[in-house]
Amino acid sequence: MNPAQLYSQPAAYLVVAAFLLATGIFGLVRRRTLIGMLISGELIFAAASLNFMALNRFTAPDQSVGQIAVLFIMGLAAAEVAITLSIIIAVYRNYRSIVSKELNELKG
Amino acid sequence: MNSFPFSDWIVAAIFVSFIAITVTGALIAALTKRIIRSVCGLAICSLGLAGLFYFLNSPFLALMEILIYIGAVCVTVIFGVMLTEPDEPKPEQHTRPYPVISPLIAIAIAGGVFLGIAWLSLSANWQAPASIVSEGSVKDIGIRLLTTYSVPFELISLVLLVAILGALVIARSGRTKE
Repeated sequence: MNPAQLYSQPAAYLVVAAFLLATGIFGLVRRRTLIGMLISGELIFAAASLNFMALNRFTAPDQSVGQIAVLFIMGLAAAEVAITLSIIIAVYRNYRSIVSKELNELKG
Repeated sequence: MNSFPFSDWIVAAIFVSFIAITVTGALIAALTKRIIRSVCGLAICSLGLAGLFYFLNSPFLALMEILIYIGAVCVTVIFGVMLTEPDEPKPEQHTRPYPVISPLIAIAIAGGVFLGIAWLSLSANWQAPASIVSEGSVKDIGIRLLTTYSVPFELISLVLLVAILGALVIARSGRTKE
């Protein structure tokens, strides 16, 4: 494999996407606040987008399907961020904290 | 065609630097203690990802990545940071070996996922398609969004509308009580 042609290998993109997924899972497990967990979730969305784009570019006969899928992922990610931030603000108003360890009451 | 000297290596260096930007941004987003730095890490990661999308023959999605992720998502998260108090708390003191073991478990899970998927994608034999139906230009994307994928396109707009209304209702509901 010629190292100058690395950008035309699907494995390069897929390994980067796997790294993004692993980083997102690590952050999702280790973060102690809700916003940190939200950012880690965004990393997992980014990994999914990169997978769609790489497999679309190198293995699909119709090159526009993966791009449309990634556009839908971006729309869903934007909606998810809006909803999650409003939930976080509501939680902060009730608990004065968004540390996930302190949110331990169901109906207070 | 490539008359410029070392043009292959310049392109490869740009590609590797985009990968480095993506990886660095992801590490900053996952590992820093202060949340505002984590948001900046997400923005850096999105910038590198936009570069990778450009290498994947899609300048339109590279532009949308910058526009939506850096311009909308990161700014919205920064508003959330401004309205709450999100810094990571100090890790509490335990007498059990629990705080020593738990990061090791997280690293083991993440490393296992990364190594497994990386091994799968390196060992698989990715076949190029036999025939290219469409080149994936912006015109093709537009035509497919309005013909084949018109129902999910409309559903996405509906989801965004419901998300906006729901976000307003949820964020406002606690305020009337005070």
